[in-house]
Parts: sequence; C-alpha cells; structure tokens
Amino acid sequence: MNKSRYCSTWNISVDYPLLTALDGWSKGDSNMAQNFDIIVVGGGHAGTEAAAVAARMGARVALVSFDKDTIGAMSCNPAIGGLGKGHLVREVDAFDGLIGRAADDAAIHYRMLNASKGAAVQGPRIQADRKLFKASIQRQLAAMPNLHVVAGEAAALLFAPGGSSRVTGLALADGSEINSKAVILATGTFLGGKLFRGEERLTGGRIGENAAHILAQQIRGAGLPMARLKTGTPPRLDGRTIDWSKLPQQPSDDGLWTMSMLTRERINPQLFCAITRTNEHTHDIIRSGLDRSPLFGGDIEGQGPRYCPSIEDKIHRFGDRDGHQVFLEPEGLDSYLIYPNGISTSLPVDIQDAMVRSMAGLENCTIAVPGYAVEYDHIDPRALDHGLAVQGFDGLYCAGQINGTTGYEEAAAQGLIAGMAAACAVLEREGPEINRSNSYMAVMVDDLVLQGVTEPYRMLTARAEYRLRLRADNAATRLTPFALAVGCVGQERTASFRERENCRAEIMSELTANVSADALLRMGVDVKRDAGRMPRFDWLRFPTVQITELLDVAPPSEDVPRGTSRYDAALLSEIEQDGRYAPYLDRQDAEIRNLAANERIALPAHLDYMDMPGLSKEMSERLSAARPASLAEAARVRGVTPAALAVILVHAKRGEVSVRQEQAA
Amino acid sequence: MRSADTIFALSSGAPPAAIAIIRISGTEAFAAVEHMAGELPLPRNASLRTLRDPESRETLDDALVLLFPGPNSATGENLAELHLHGGRAVVRAVERTLGAIPGLRQAEAGEFTRRAFAHGRMDLNEAEGLADLLSAETEWQRRAATRMMQGSFSAQIETWRSEILKLSAMVEADLDFSDEDDVESAGNPYITDAISIMAQSISTLLDQPPAEKLRDGLRVVLGGPPNSGKSTLLNALVGRDAAIVSEIAGTTRDRIEVPLALGGVPLLLVDTAGVHDESEDQIEQIGIDRARDAFSAADILLWLGPEGEAPIHSYLIEIDAKSDVSNRMGKSEIAISLSAETGTGLSELKSAIVDAARDMLPPADSFAVNARQRALLAACREELRNAVQSIDGLVVAEHLRQVRLCFDALTGRAATEDMLDMLFGRFCIGK
Repeated sequence: MNKSRYCSTWNISVDYPLLTALDGWSKGDSNMAQNFDIIVVGGGHAGTEAAAVAARMGARVALVSFDKDTIGAMSCNPAIGGLGKGHLVREVDAFDGLIGRAADDAAIHYRMLNASKGAAVQGPRIQADRKLFKASIQRQLAAMPNLHVVAGEAAALLFAPGGSSRVTGLALADGSEINSKAVILATGTFLGGKLFRGEERLTGGRIGENAAHILAQQIRGAGLPMARLKTGTPPRLDGRTIDWSKLPQQPSDDGLWTMSMLTRERINPQLFCAITRTNEHTHDIIRSGLDRSPLFGGDIEGQGPRYCPSIEDKIHRFGDRDGHQVFLEPEGLDSYLIYPNGISTSLPVDIQDAMVRSMAGLENCTIAVPGYAVEYDHIDPRALDHGLAVQGFDGLYCAGQINGTTGYEEAAAQGLIAGMAAACAVLEREGPEINRSNSYMAVMVDDLVLQGVTEPYRMLTARAEYRLRLRADNAATRLTPFALAVGCVGQERTASFRERENCRAEIMSELTANVSADALLRMGVDVKRDAGRMPRFDWLRFPTVQITELLDVAPPSEDVPRGTSRYDAALLSEIEQDGRYAPYLDRQDAEIRNLAANERIALPAHLDYMDMPGLSKEMSERLSAARPASLAEAARVRGVTPAALAVILVHAKRGEVSVRQEQAA
Repeated sequence: MRSADTIFALSSGAPPAAIAIIRISGTEAFAAVEHMAGELPLPRNASLRTLRDPESRETLDDALVLLFPGPNSATGENLAELHLHGGRAVVRAVERTLGAIPGLRQAEAGEFTRRAFAHGRMDLNEAEGLADLLSAETEWQRRAATRMMQGSFSAQIETWRSEILKLSAMVEADLDFSDEDDVESAGNPYITDAISIMAQSISTLLDQPPAEKLRDGLRVVLGGPPNSGKSTLLNALVGRDAAIVSEIAGTTRDRIEVPLALGGVPLLLVDTAGVHDESEDQIEQIGIDRARDAFSAADILLWLGPEGEAPIHSYLIEIDAKSDVSNRMGKSEIAISLSAETGTGLSELKSAIVDAARDMLPPADSFAVNARQRALLAACREELRNAVQSIDGLVVAEHLRQVRLCFDALTGRAATEDMLDMLFGRFCIGK
C-alpha cells in the first residue's frame, strides 16, 4: 500500500475540528479586553452554544478557538437532528440557541424521521451544507456585542493563588492571559486523541505544541477520573464519480416544518439523497482486511458506540445479514463531496477503496478522504454536577465530547446547559428547573452525571421515561418559559412565543366547551355514538378526531402558507398531540410527583457510601462515583433498592446533624 | 414532599389481632377518610365512624378514627389512623378500598420513616436506632431475596422479565432505529402474539391459589338459618367452645374465625350469624350482612340450611346437621349427615374438607405468590392486555415500560439500561 499517497490527506482535516483539535498554532490576538465573566474554550457545537447563551444572558464572554474560521464547523456527518437528536435541537432552540437556526440556514434536505409513528418519536432531521452552517453560526455569534472571539490556543488554566481550586482564567500559548470567573472546556477530543487507519497511526502529540499538553496535563493531574472511547467516520466520496441513475433517490420531504421555531420558511434549494447497499462481495472484501484493522488487531482499547458501529464491526457481529443500507448524503450545494452514511471504518485505504467500489452505483467511485477511527480520553462525567461543573473546582465546566458523548446535538445541548449554569453562577441567577420529566437535555445530563458512560453517549428516545410528553413539536411550550425566566431569550423569540401562547390560550378555551358524540357525528366526525358528551379537548384522545373538526377552522394544507390561517398549523398539531396522549400523561403524573418529592430531599456531597451498612459493595461503588445530590438521583443509580434508599436517607440526616454539631463545637 | 402521593399501610402487627391500625399519610389522607367515614372528627379526638366503600356504600367496619394534621404529626404530613377490628378480611377490605382512591397507594418499605425524616420529625437518637433497624431490614430483605432467587418463582419472573426486555427492545428498535433500515421490524403480529402469550401465562399463575391460602388457611364458612347448628358443628370440629351455643336463635351475631389444621391442611373456620330474611334487631342485621360477605369470601361453604337454599357457591357441602334430632326434615343423599352431639359423620365431613382443600391449595411442588406479588402481576397483565389493544408503537412501549416497572418492583432491579443492553445486543443498529 502506498502510504505516502494518503498522508497528505490528513491535511484535509482542517475542515474537521475532530482533527483540528490535534493541530496547534499560535494566533493570539493581543488587542482586546482581557477581562471576562466567562471563557469558553472550543468553537464546536458545545462551545458556541455555551458562549452564546452566556452572552444572551448578559455575561461578557470570550470564545477561544484555534482558528476563527473553524468556528461552527461540522466535524463528521453533514446532518443535524434525527430521532432523539431532533428533540435536542428543538430544546436548544427553545432556549433561543444557535443550532436550530443554523440548521435551517444550511438545510438542503428536510426529512421527518418516523413520520408515520406517534409524534413523540418523530425526529426532524436535515442535511446541512457545511459552509452555510458554519457561516450561520459565525454570523449569529458576530451579532452578539458582549461575545468576543479570541483566536488562540488554550495553554493552561489559571487558578487563584495559594493552591486554590478557584479558576481565574486562561493562559494562551502566545503567553498572554485572559481572566474570568468561569472557564468552560468544550474541546472535543483534544485529550490523548489518536487516529487509526489500517496500519497508519497519528497521535495528537505529533503536531501539538507543548502548550496544549499543559492543559491536558492539568486536566489529568486534577485527579479527575478519565476513560477512553473510540469513534469513527466513513470515507468521503467524490459525487462526480457516482452513477446516481442506478440508485433509488430520497427527495427532501414536502412538509413546511423547520428546525427552529423562528424560521419562517425553507430557503435553500433542496437536494436528494440516494441509497445503496453493501452486499456479500462487500462483506468478503471487509473480512479480507480484518487482520489489518486496528479494531481487531487490539490496537484500539476504547469502547466504540454500539449504536453507530463501524462497518467491520457490523460484519463481524452480525455476519448473517446479507447487506446493510448506505445513505449517500450530499455535503453541500457547491461541494461534490458525498458522505456515505453507514460505512464508518478504519480499514486500510486499499480495502476501503475496494469496499466502496463493490456497491451498486459506486463501481467507479473515487474516495476523496478515507475513513478513520479516533480514540480519545474523556472525563468520567460522574465527576460533574447537573450544571456540568467539575466538582471540587470553583468555576470550571466541561461540555460536549470531552464528557463522553457523541453528536452535534448532544454537544450543543450540553453547551447550553454549561453556559447557562456558568452564567447563572456569575450573574447570581437561579438556574432553570429542568429535569427528566420536562426535557431530553436533562435526561442526558442526568444519565451522564449519575450513570457515567461506557460508550459514546447518544440520545435515544428510549432513554426518556416520560417520552410521551417530551416531543420535538412541543419543545418551546415545555422550555421557553424557563428560558424567559433565566433571561436568555432575544426580543424576536420573546414576541413570537408570547403570541403563540396567546393563540394557545384562545384555542384551549375553545376546547373546554362540551360537545356530544351526536353533535360530532352530525358534523361528519367519526366517533362512537354512545361515547357521550365531554370537553372538546378530551375527544382528541380518539385518533379519528382532528383538532380542526373541533375548532371549526380550515384544516392545514399545503396550499395555505403558514401564518395565513387563523391559527398556526404547527400549534394546532401540537395541541392535537397533547390530547392524543392525555390519558397516559395523566397516569404518569403520579410517577412524576414522587420524583419531584424525592428530588427535594438533598443528600450531602460528603456522604460516605462505602461504610454504609445495608448497601451491597456494587451499590456503594456506584453511589460513590455518582455522588447523587438528592434522594431521587440516588434512586436512579443502577441497582439501588427502596430499602437502600431508606438507609441512605438516615445516614444523610445523621451526617447533617453531626456536621451541625461540629460547627457548633 | 407536599405534592407526593398519599400512602397507607397496616402499621400494627399481622392480623388476626384484637385491633389493626392502618395509617394514611399525605395531602389526601383526610379526604380519603372523609370518603370512607363521612364527617371528619376533630383532630386528635378518637371518634367512632362506620367505614364504607365510597362506591358501593358497603360497610367495611366500625372503626375508631384519629386525625393528626401536619406538620405536627409523626410523618410531618396529614396523618390519619384507622383502628379496625383486627380480622384479616377487614384489613384487606379497607386496604383494597384505600388503594382504589385516586392518589393513594400502598407505602413502600420504610416509606413512613423516610417521610418522617424528610420532615425533620426524628431526632438524632431516633435516627441512629432506625438506621440499625433499617439496615437489619435490608439485610433481611437481601437474605429473603436470595432465598427467593433460588426458587422457581424467581426463575419464572426472570424468564418473563427477559422476555419483556426483548419485546421492549423490539418496540424501541422500531421507534428509534426503523428509519435506518438496520432493524428488521418484527412487525406487530409477532410482538402482539408474544405479549398475549405472556398475559396468558400470568393469568395461569394468578389463577393458582395464592400463598396466603397456605399461610392463612382456606376459609371454611358455616352458613345456614338461625339455630341450624352451625356453632355446635364449629365447636365439634375445633373441639372447644369457640362459638357461643345456646338455644336462642341468633346467638352468633358476628362472625367467629377459628384457625384449625386438618390432615396437614390449614383451615380458617368461620362461623356466621344465622341468615334469615328480616331481622328487627339492627345489630343482628349487621351480623347477617357480614355473613353474606363471608359466604362470598368462602373457599368452602358448609351449608346447614334447607337443601338447595344455599347461596350460589363454587364449592358447597350440604350438611344434614342435628341428625339426632327427631321431628325434622332430612336432606337427600348428597348431603353429609352428622350429629355434632354424638360425633356421627364428623370424620366423613373432615375428609371431605381435606379432599376439597387439596385442590384449592398451591401444589406442594410449586411456588405460591403472595398478595404483593399478585397485585404487581395483575398490574402487569392489565398493562399487557392494554398493549395488545394498541396499534401505536409509542403506546405499546409505554405499557411495556409500565410492565418493566412492575417487574422491577418484583425483582428490585432497574430495567432501562438492561433494555438498552438487550436492544444493542440483538440488533445491528446504526450508521
């Protein structure tokens, strides 16, 4: 194999922060204010959301990035959203975040996943033009007066004198220092990153300056628990060498929905995706290269994601399958690069070439950038609190891939959480009361800080117990009130949300009036004659009843542009879905009430689970790592029983009393 | 804790006992008492109230009712105490009625204590003592669980649990990954069939005699009109004067329960007030009402009244009592003819009862399911049946989640992570 032929392609990585995190350079900008409330390190999806939300709340924010130009770059697949992930995008959008609007600005293909299933598991997803996405993020950030982008390399955290754990700022590689009350690390995979492709290896240390090393050493030296994970990316194909005529195409859907509530309409020309498949021949080629794969040679120690396996993993573990679907996704309007979704791989380049060419439509296809695997260190997120602050430090936060997650959406949501928590601490505001019953963001953070990760964490709707109420279509209703209370919402969204709430109140008041089955039958609504008489809203639990039939408004149609009918179609559909699942939501309320009650019982951080009688060793260890802040959190730690909770509570109370006595003495 | 569920539990020792105290704690405690007892007594004043089922208005018991408004109560919440007559049936009926009131549920182990702590109603010394007690409790639970784990019941639950995880994983795979084509959607028929089969197996288990039958004894109820010789027969079976026997009709005004073992079979003999159509005596009328309740709760009904006039019952033994009394109308040959005075026919009756009992008790080589387990299994079955009714994967998933919660409560394990393990173990998922 001709290694040198491909070595140059590592440089293409400039477009991919996953890789640029490993590059180092010094572009410190010394002509700027050096005092900030909050410094955010990293310009990826977590970093930009963290910086932006803190700035929206009024904090003075510095966003430190290696290179101003890579801010907002998409490092892996050119898509935003999906099942569970689309929920996160809408939730960040409900807090007036960046990702939803950037997704709409960049969208070249819209698709509602699970469109045929219940609304709670529908996942909005778009294909994004990389350039347009990045441009939108940079444009949105530039419009924020109290957010400054600092091009430079973070070298070391600064602490208050005297061995304090209070963070006071950041030293840059050029020797300059910037001061702040809080620092948010959103540096992706910069810790111990190592790239794998066949027999090729590239470690972060090679090009990295010593300076980046210091920050990494500080993190490592802080006694934080670390672990190693792996992820991968597929080769990028040259779309000009694909025979599209042979492949079934998937057009952008013809709905009117957008990722952000503020986006009025879709703006870009829409491209199609195409679908091809692996086949027996492909699988043979892959098997022939397994002995040269770092995954199977034992070179990669980190655990990869089970839900996003490499193609060699798929063939190895599920060898009986005769083929796997591969989506060919365009990377941009003016880019010929195609992202073949489904064949993430770290096989040697010659095998990748043969594998790609074994598939229909790709017989003459050229690989523009080969795929590779990345192994990296992450912080055990159980060392973090629910605001993603590092416990044991004052003013240090971590967000995104560094916490063991994967995905832009997961990163963006963590950025929002950390940015909001840091800003609340600095500005002395109450944080929003988000929890597992009102948001996917809180489900994710709660999972991370209580359970830790054993593979890169990806959001799934199955993770949310109260999924039926956590829909992508009601994110604004669920969360924008919290966002308004915490002060992170701009004027445009405030106005739009208030108007929406007024409409909702109007609709809901119309829906309180009773109507009988007879009356509905006369109107041509398909209901059972003996169903009786009940409030209009209650009729919505029957799938045959449409909200438009109950409200006497024209049904939404493609001919009627949004905003021209009396009520917004999206709002109507949201309320209709509320009604559909209302009986189940009522049942869950008791579960949620208990959760809330136990949530209010605080457990002290110093609680020693190891010598608590009545707990199994496994329980003690998990509780020690998770350090639950409340009884409800303790209950969610895997394997903890109700009786164990009683023991924990007694010890917590006993601890409180003895601390009080010590203080008195 | 203001918004938490209202909880209740039997707070005195296991019945039967002279009295049984049920405690109710939480925001809905007083409302629940009002539902059952009508007008509420003054706080901290013991008052006699008739407890009724709020729906059927059926009388449950005459009880002393005590109210302790929060926060100055043992739990720090509104707390009610119902001092009942200490029979098992009474306690069970009141518990069942409380459980049916929305917002109320059975307390978990240690939950009253937990609430008391949470509201600062215990001082350090009490907490110390309780910590030891509770850890002893968990140790006991651990041992009890270990014992159960070796049993076939746990093996059965574990089988169902892993089956439900598998089904959940299939439904979740369909919800979270179907658009990726990597999941071969098993389709509703397979899942629906599997769910129906499990509901059926749970039914089979629930149809088996419950564990309490073995612990508490089969209820053998003696019924018949006044002065038909019920109490005399009871005394003859027990061999002591448990019931008052006199010539005056209507002597047994209330039910009398006597535990007894016959041929290794645990029984609970229940004597009842004589049943006749009208009674002027109000107290006797209450006794008659209770007798009718006892008939419906009976496992075996010994009928001493006129042949064919017994209440409809699935296991009825007609008895021709007082066979030594002349001037009486005899029963046909199906009836066991006996004289309690002389002992004639008594052994025939005893072996008839033992034969019947063998069919009604859990088989010796199988396991028995107690009331808590039955309640959870019945809830599982209900959720499974609802799951089958729905074509919406989301709703099916929600019902299966509830089933998982029930199994969690049975086994004390958390299932979401296990379900994800199952999901990723079974399907080649993702891109």
